[in-house]
Amino acid sequence: MNDSLDPRVNRLRLDKNDGSFKVEEGENWNVFEVFHQEKRGAHHEHVGCVHAPDASLALIFAKEQFGRRKKCVNLWVVRSADILAFDLEDEDMFANNPDKTYRDASGFKVMDKINKFKAQTK
Amino acid sequence: MQLQQAIQELITKMADDELVIGHRNSEWTGLGPVMEEDIAFSSMAQDKIGHAWALYRILQESFGGTDPDQFAFLRNARDYRCCHFAEMPIGSYEFSLMRHFLFDHAETVRYQSLSGSSFTPLQHLAGKVKGELKYHTLHADAWIIQLCTAGKDSRRRMQTALDDCFQLAGGIFEPGEGEDLLIAEQIYPGEAALYQQWLNNISPVIEKAGLTLPVLTAPVYGGRKGQHTQYLQQLLEEMGEVFRLDPEATW
Repeated sequence: MNDSLDPRVNRLRLDKNDGSFKVEEGENWNVFEVFHQEKRGAHHEHVGCVHAPDASLALIFAKEQFGRRKKCVNLWVVRSADILAFDLEDEDMFANNPDKTYRDASGFKVMDKINKFKAQTK
Repeated sequence: MQLQQAIQELITKMADDELVIGHRNSEWTGLGPVMEEDIAFSSMAQDKIGHAWALYRILQESFGGTDPDQFAFLRNARDYRCCHFAEMPIGSYEFSLMRHFLFDHAETVRYQSLSGSSFTPLQHLAGKVKGELKYHTLHADAWIIQLCTAGKDSRRRMQTALDDCFQLAGGIFEPGEGEDLLIAEQIYPGEAALYQQWLNNISPVIEKAGLTLPVLTAPVYGGRKGQHTQYLQQLLEEMGEVFRLDPEATW
């Protein structure tokens, strides 16, 4: 078995694994997903991830990784392992969506009404 | 000492501290313990150089001083007013991290006091750097607590780093000649007051981390009078090496 470039992985002694190896608290860091908010009231958008020993340091790292250029007013971090997602093979649940155009909200013609209302309330 | 000269001395020592520690911390770029930390530490080192530039700029604009680049790179070592703490080589990561913690809390206290300064350019700058310094101390506090609660060996190394840093850190607050005048004119509250506030701010973090705060028995003074360690000359030679190739070049 090749040595890992990460000393924390080497310390796990995976080659000697008899099924009983234990990861000590703080020994291996977690991955945290980072969400970036460009202005107040806007959605937080996923921008990437950082590797950190806990959530508060993840937030501190996220600030420099993803919030040191351009506009940013807030960041969220969440442990990647805490995200529940569908399995890739469940993609077929969404397969018929393109056929169901009656569910699209794009067919409604409301701008005339909105503009008329705006003109009235001026 | 005239008030004008006292203000210039205050700004020069602040700027030289920031330039020198900024350069020191930038020596970790590419060598940091993990990628995320490498980027954060380098980015904060850049902030320090930015603060130094802003202060040199005040010297130039308010006092008819020389161009910030020339002033930063072309003086002799004895004309710098940085404290010995900022000059020390980076050493181990725990030393650099502890220096970052102690220095940035001192810097924060200093700028907080300047937010009420009667000297407007410093008052403005204090407002501008406030958010950056908030992040720097947040970063420092988080690391100190993280490493001090990560096992015996880790805590022991952090305590050693604190012991190695503490008398040097006292040198940040070396009293200056024109200080009484600066206090009287409400430019800033003086080194003794800043030192006291600094102790108040770092103590809760030190306590939470389970570290023992040393007693300040022999603060390392001299830097504010132009007396420096051998390390400053080496640093200046390296830092100004490219600049001196062609001091007139436009970058």
